[in-house]
Amino acid sequence: MIAVAVQSTPIDAAVAVAPLTAERSDVGAVVTFTGFVRDDNGLTALTLEHYPAMTECALATIAAQAAARWPLSGGVIVHRVGRMVPGEAIVLVAVASSHRSAAFQAAEFLMDWLKTKAPFWKAEERAGGVTWVAAKASDDTAADRWNDRRGESVFELRPAV
Amino acid sequence: MIELLYFAWVRERIGVDGEILPLPQGIATVSSLLDWLAGRSAGHAAALADRNAIRVAVDQVFAGFDAAVAAGAEVAIFPPVTGG
Repeated sequence: MIAVAVQSTPIDAAVAVAPLTAERSDVGAVVTFTGFVRDDNGLTALTLEHYPAMTECALATIAAQAAARWPLSGGVIVHRVGRMVPGEAIVLVAVASSHRSAAFQAAEFLMDWLKTKAPFWKAEERAGGVTWVAAKASDDTAADRWNDRRGESVFELRPAV
Repeated sequence: MIELLYFAWVRERIGVDGEILPLPQGIATVSSLLDWLAGRSAGHAAALADRNAIRVAVDQVFAGFDAAVAAGAEVAIFPPVTGG
Protein backbone atom coordinates (compact mmCIF):
# COMPACT_ATOMS: atom_id res chain seq x y z
CA MET A 1 0.00 0.00 0.00
CA ILE A 2 2.96 2.32 0.63
CA ALA A 3 5.23 2.17 -2.40
CA VAL A 4 8.99 2.44 -1.81
CA ALA A 5 11.74 3.36 -4.26
CA VAL A 6 15.46 4.03 -4.10
CA GLN A 7 16.88 5.84 -7.09
CA SER A 8 19.99 7.66 -8.31
CA THR A 9 17.98 9.93 -10.61
CA PRO A 10 16.27 13.19 -9.52
CA ILE A 11 12.99 12.85 -7.62
CA ASP A 12 9.92 14.17 -9.45
CA ALA A 13 7.48 14.93 -6.63
CA ALA A 14 4.46 15.40 -8.90
CA VAL A 15 4.98 12.03 -10.57
CA ALA A 16 5.54 10.28 -7.23
CA VAL A 17 2.45 11.71 -5.55
CA ALA A 18 -0.04 11.49 -8.46
CA PRO A 19 -0.94 7.79 -7.95
CA LEU A 20 -2.15 8.52 -4.39
CA THR A 21 -5.25 10.29 -5.70
CA ALA A 22 -5.56 8.99 -9.27
CA GLU A 23 -9.07 7.66 -9.94
CA ARG A 24 -10.02 7.88 -6.26
CA SER A 25 -12.69 9.92 -4.54
CA ASP A 26 -12.22 8.64 -0.97
CA VAL A 27 -8.96 10.45 -0.19
CA GLY A 28 -9.46 13.51 1.97
CA ALA A 29 -5.86 14.41 2.72
CA VAL A 30 -2.42 14.00 1.20
CA VAL A 31 0.59 15.18 3.20
CA THR A 32 3.84 15.43 1.26
CA PHE A 33 7.29 16.05 2.71
CA THR A 34 10.36 16.66 0.55
CA GLY A 35 13.86 16.95 2.01
CA PHE A 36 16.44 18.98 0.08
CA VAL A 37 20.22 19.33 0.10
CA ARG A 38 21.15 22.63 1.80
CA ASP A 39 24.30 24.65 1.12
CA ASP A 40 25.14 24.90 4.84
CA ASN A 41 28.65 26.17 5.58
CA GLY A 42 29.78 26.07 1.98
CA LEU A 43 28.51 22.57 1.21
CA THR A 44 28.98 21.88 -2.50
CA ALA A 45 27.61 18.33 -2.80
CA LEU A 46 26.13 15.50 -0.77
CA THR A 47 26.63 11.80 -1.52
CA LEU A 48 24.20 9.23 -0.17
CA GLU A 49 25.63 5.75 0.25
CA HIS A 50 23.33 2.84 1.06
CA TYR A 51 23.22 -0.92 1.60
CA PRO A 52 21.34 -2.03 -1.49
CA ALA A 53 20.48 -5.56 -0.33
CA MET A 54 18.84 -4.15 2.80
CA THR A 55 17.49 -0.74 1.84
CA GLU A 56 14.22 -1.54 0.11
CA CYS A 57 13.39 -4.16 2.73
CA ALA A 58 14.06 -1.67 5.53
CA LEU A 59 11.87 0.91 3.81
CA ALA A 60 9.10 -1.66 3.34
CA THR A 61 9.31 -2.53 7.04
CA ILE A 62 9.01 1.14 8.02
CA ALA A 63 6.13 1.59 5.55
CA ALA A 64 4.33 -1.44 6.99
CA GLN A 65 4.66 0.06 10.49
CA ALA A 66 3.01 3.28 9.30
CA ALA A 67 0.23 1.37 7.57
CA ALA A 68 -0.42 -0.63 10.74
CA ARG A 69 -0.58 2.48 12.94
CA TRP A 70 -2.77 4.84 10.88
CA PRO A 71 -5.72 4.34 8.52
CA LEU A 72 -3.94 5.26 5.30
CA SER A 73 -5.32 4.88 1.81
CA GLY A 74 -1.86 4.95 0.28
CA GLY A 75 1.64 6.30 0.49
CA VAL A 76 5.01 6.58 -1.16
CA ILE A 77 8.64 6.80 0.00
CA VAL A 78 11.28 7.80 -2.55
CA HIS A 79 14.91 8.06 -1.39
CA ARG A 80 17.67 9.38 -3.60
CA VAL A 81 21.17 7.82 -3.51
CA GLY A 82 24.45 8.88 -5.10
CA ARG A 83 25.84 12.40 -5.49
CA MET A 84 23.59 15.44 -5.47
CA VAL A 85 24.03 19.21 -5.17
CA PRO A 86 22.28 21.87 -3.04
CA GLY A 87 18.69 22.40 -4.14
CA GLU A 88 18.14 18.79 -5.18
CA ALA A 89 15.64 16.57 -3.34
CA ILE A 90 17.08 13.78 -1.16
CA VAL A 91 13.86 12.20 0.04
CA LEU A 92 10.13 12.37 -0.56
CA VAL A 93 7.45 10.97 1.72
CA ALA A 94 3.75 11.28 0.90
CA VAL A 95 0.78 9.70 2.64
CA ALA A 96 -2.92 9.76 1.82
CA SER A 97 -5.79 9.27 4.23
CA SER A 98 -9.42 10.20 4.71
CA HIS A 99 -8.48 12.86 7.25
CA ARG A 100 -5.50 15.13 7.75
CA SER A 101 -4.49 14.05 11.25
CA ALA A 102 -3.48 10.52 10.23
CA ALA A 103 -1.69 11.83 7.14
CA PHE A 104 0.33 14.44 9.08
CA GLN A 105 1.30 11.97 11.80
CA ALA A 106 2.20 9.17 9.41
CA ALA A 107 4.38 11.48 7.30
CA GLU A 108 6.26 12.65 10.38
CA PHE A 109 6.63 9.07 11.63
CA LEU A 110 8.00 7.92 8.27
CA MET A 111 10.61 10.69 8.22
CA ASP A 112 11.65 10.11 11.85
CA TRP A 113 12.12 6.41 11.23
CA LEU A 114 13.79 6.90 7.84
CA LYS A 115 16.42 9.03 9.53
CA THR A 116 17.24 6.45 12.18
CA LYS A 117 16.29 2.99 10.89
CA ALA A 118 17.20 2.81 7.18
CA PRO A 119 20.73 2.02 5.96
CA PHE A 120 21.77 5.33 4.38
CA TRP A 121 24.90 7.39 5.07
CA LYS A 122 25.56 10.99 4.02
CA ALA A 123 28.98 12.34 3.04
CA GLU A 124 29.32 16.12 2.70
CA GLU A 125 31.65 17.74 0.17
CA ARG A 126 33.14 21.16 0.84
CA ALA A 127 36.20 22.98 -0.45
CA GLY A 128 38.22 21.42 2.38
CA GLY A 129 37.29 17.84 1.56
CA VAL A 130 34.69 15.17 2.24
CA THR A 131 33.33 14.36 5.70
CA TRP A 132 30.79 11.78 6.86
CA VAL A 133 27.77 13.19 8.65
CA ALA A 134 27.48 12.11 12.30
CA ALA A 135 24.17 10.77 13.53
CA LYS A 136 22.23 13.28 15.63
CA ALA A 137 20.88 12.41 19.08
CA SER A 138 17.90 14.66 18.30
CA ASP A 139 16.94 12.32 15.44
CA ASP A 140 17.00 9.34 17.82
CA THR A 141 14.85 11.25 20.29
CA ALA A 142 12.37 12.11 17.54
CA ALA A 143 12.19 8.48 16.43
CA ASP A 144 11.88 7.12 19.96
CA ARG A 145 8.65 8.97 20.64
CA TRP A 146 6.91 6.62 18.21
CA ASN A 147 7.92 3.49 20.11
CA ASP A 148 4.88 1.79 21.51
CA ARG A 149 4.14 1.08 25.15
CA ARG A 150 6.26 -2.04 25.14
CA GLY A 151 9.24 -0.04 23.93
CA GLU A 152 9.38 -2.23 20.86
CA SER A 153 11.28 -0.86 17.91
CA VAL A 154 11.83 -1.88 14.32
CA PHE A 155 15.24 -3.22 15.32
CA GLU A 156 13.54 -6.25 16.82
CA LEU A 157 11.17 -6.77 13.90
CA ARG A 158 11.81 -8.96 10.93
CA PRO A 159 11.23 -7.19 7.60
CA ALA A 160 7.66 -7.48 6.39
CA VAL A 161 8.39 -9.07 3.03
CA MET B 1 32.69 -18.73 5.39
CA ILE B 2 31.17 -15.43 6.41
CA GLU B 3 30.43 -12.50 4.12
CA LEU B 4 31.35 -9.10 5.53
CA LEU B 5 30.16 -5.79 4.08
CA TYR B 6 31.48 -2.37 5.11
CA PHE B 7 29.85 1.03 4.58
CA ALA B 8 30.74 4.73 4.89
CA TRP B 9 33.83 5.45 7.03
CA VAL B 10 34.05 1.83 8.17
CA ARG B 11 34.61 0.92 4.51
CA GLU B 12 37.13 3.73 4.06
CA ARG B 13 39.17 2.81 7.14
CA ILE B 14 39.26 -0.90 6.32
CA GLY B 15 40.04 -0.12 2.69
CA VAL B 16 37.66 -2.58 1.02
CA ASP B 17 33.87 -2.66 0.69
CA GLY B 18 33.67 -6.25 1.80
CA GLU B 19 35.40 -9.58 2.20
CA ILE B 20 34.52 -13.25 2.47
CA LEU B 21 36.47 -15.03 5.20
CA PRO B 22 36.48 -18.42 6.88
CA LEU B 23 34.71 -18.04 10.22
CA PRO B 24 37.08 -19.19 12.97
CA GLN B 25 35.81 -21.70 15.51
CA GLY B 26 34.50 -20.15 18.69
CA ILE B 27 33.12 -16.99 17.06
CA ALA B 28 29.37 -17.15 17.57
CA THR B 29 28.32 -13.55 18.26
CA VAL B 30 28.63 -10.15 16.60
CA SER B 31 30.77 -8.99 19.51
CA SER B 32 33.33 -11.78 19.15
CA LEU B 33 33.30 -11.32 15.37
CA LEU B 34 34.19 -7.61 15.79
CA ASP B 35 36.99 -8.49 18.26
CA TRP B 36 38.46 -10.97 15.78
CA LEU B 37 38.13 -8.58 12.81
CA ALA B 38 39.80 -5.74 14.72
CA GLY B 39 42.96 -7.85 14.89
CA ARG B 40 43.20 -8.43 11.15
CA SER B 41 44.91 -5.15 10.16
CA ALA B 42 45.60 -1.61 11.32
CA GLY B 43 42.69 -0.47 9.13
CA HIS B 44 40.29 -2.94 10.72
CA ALA B 45 41.50 -1.87 14.17
CA ALA B 46 40.98 1.83 13.35
CA ALA B 47 37.50 1.20 11.93
CA LEU B 48 36.33 -0.87 14.90
CA ALA B 49 38.11 0.94 17.76
CA ASP B 50 35.03 2.82 19.00
CA ARG B 51 32.28 0.25 19.36
CA ASN B 52 29.78 2.96 20.37
CA ALA B 53 30.10 4.29 16.82
CA ILE B 54 29.49 0.88 15.20
CA ARG B 55 26.18 -0.59 14.06
CA VAL B 56 25.64 -4.03 12.55
CA ALA B 57 23.11 -5.88 10.41
CA VAL B 58 23.03 -9.68 10.21
CA ASP B 59 21.41 -10.99 7.04
CA GLN B 60 20.07 -7.50 6.23
CA VAL B 61 18.41 -6.94 9.63
CA PHE B 62 19.79 -4.58 12.31
CA ALA B 63 21.30 -6.65 15.10
CA GLY B 64 22.80 -6.06 18.53
CA PHE B 65 26.34 -7.03 19.50
CA ASP B 66 24.97 -10.07 21.32
CA ALA B 67 23.28 -11.39 18.18
CA ALA B 68 24.34 -14.79 16.88
CA VAL B 69 26.48 -15.17 13.78
CA ALA B 70 27.16 -18.42 11.96
CA ALA B 71 28.86 -19.56 8.80
CA GLY B 72 26.93 -18.46 5.74
CA ALA B 73 25.72 -15.22 7.31
CA GLU B 74 26.01 -11.79 5.69
CA VAL B 75 27.22 -9.32 8.30
CA ALA B 76 27.26 -5.62 7.45
CA ILE B 77 29.26 -3.21 9.64
CA PHE B 78 28.70 0.54 9.46
CA PRO B 79 28.36 3.82 11.41
CA PRO B 80 24.98 4.98 12.77
CA VAL B 81 22.71 5.70 9.81
CA THR B 82 22.20 9.29 8.57
CA GLY B 83 19.60 9.08 5.80
CA GLY B 84 16.36 10.94 5.28
